[in-house]
Amino acid sequence: MAGNLQFDLVSPERRLASVPATEVQIPGAEGDMTAMEGHSPTITTLRPGILRAVTADGVKSYVVTGGFADISPSGVTVLAERAIPTEEASSTILDEILAEARSLADAAAPEDKAQAEKTVSDVVALRDAVLKH
Amino acid sequence: MPSLKDLKNRINSVKNTRKITKAMQMVAAAKLRRAQEAAEAGRPYAERMNAVMTSLAAGVAGSEGAPRLLAGSGKDQTHLLVVMTAERGLCGGFNSSIAKLARTHAQELTAQGKTVKILTVGKKGREQLKRDWAHAFVGHIDLSDVKRVGYANAADIARQATAYFDNGEADVVTVFFSRFQSVISQIPTAQQIIPAKFEAEAGAASSLYDYEPSEETILADLLPRNIATQIFTALLENGASEQGARMSAMDNATRNAGDMINKLTIQFNRSRQAAITKELIEIISGAEAL
Repeated sequence: MAGNLQFDLVSPERRLASVPATEVQIPGAEGDMTAMEGHSPTITTLRPGILRAVTADGVKSYVVTGGFADISPSGVTVLAERAIPTEEASSTILDEILAEARSLADAAAPEDKAQAEKTVSDVVALRDAVLKH
Repeated sequence: MPSLKDLKNRINSVKNTRKITKAMQMVAAAKLRRAQEAAEAGRPYAERMNAVMTSLAAGVAGSEGAPRLLAGSGKDQTHLLVVMTAERGLCGGFNSSIAKLARTHAQELTAQGKTVKILTVGKKGREQLKRDWAHAFVGHIDLSDVKRVGYANAADIARQATAYFDNGEADVVTVFFSRFQSVISQIPTAQQIIPAKFEAEAGAASSLYDYEPSEETILADLLPRNIATQIFTALLENGASEQGARMSAMDNATRNAGDMINKLTIQFNRSRQAAITKELIEIISGAEAL
């Protein structure tokens, strides 16, 4: 049995979770990663995706739209710009997020275009993944 | 000397005023609790963000490739002042003290030969600054339709402020708001957000971390977010301060109305007694004359 690490998920408006977890799966900007106890200290930015934490009472998953994660050997703190428990993420909310990303991509300057379009495709993938369940 | 009827009317009107101020005080108390909770809830995010930014900034600050939001535009000619006040009045000196701080700040900058631009958030501050600084206004953000200030509002303000900086229309951005200390004390504060300022702590901590993607990319991604977070914190503090100030102002008003009612009632009773005595004297002296 792997040891526990402290998992905190905070958004600017409230603290969503603060529980011990055995592993946390993070949608990093350059690929998914799983943090367990003793992970080397890392800071990574997030892409829109699903964040999963394996805790004593089962797996908790959240839809996050961006932000960053601060991983240390004893804990993970995720600072998400927007985070919603997956069960609460309805198609209306997801469509709203998608529309927002699209309008940002349309308005983006040429040098940021690629980045913004990647965000849109991430959101589309996220939407499909959530709605399949 | 006002007539008895006038006094009676006066007392009634002050009583009605007292009812209103009392109700406003209670509403403010309820709103204050909610605002304080919101400010409390936003704190962990802001603290973590600040801690990470400090360690990141310490690592990058000296280098050539430091992002502009951190390093600044290399000048400090044009200052953008973001003045955040309430949408409503009747909250004591809350709006005036923020406006006053902004005004002194603007005067100092002008005296140094700098250009001042003002972006107002909240109607009341705009009204107060209009007289002297209307020429410096560059925009206004109206939050009167917003029931509960959310992160999206802060992000919107941040986007506008950053746009001025990016277009070279402002070199330094400072926000003005009131920090919530307690119900009776709110401290008007000026906080510089662009270029970002961090207390330089031991920079050694930054080297312990792995960064994914690179340190610079993360920093470039986080700086705009950090600005939005700081503005959001300021908005929340401001909200709590406003309700606190309104609560104590309305408490005072209620008490003053009570005092006034007591004074008027005494006056009313005295004049009634005087009228009675006068009538008696008239009757008695009339009877004696017979």
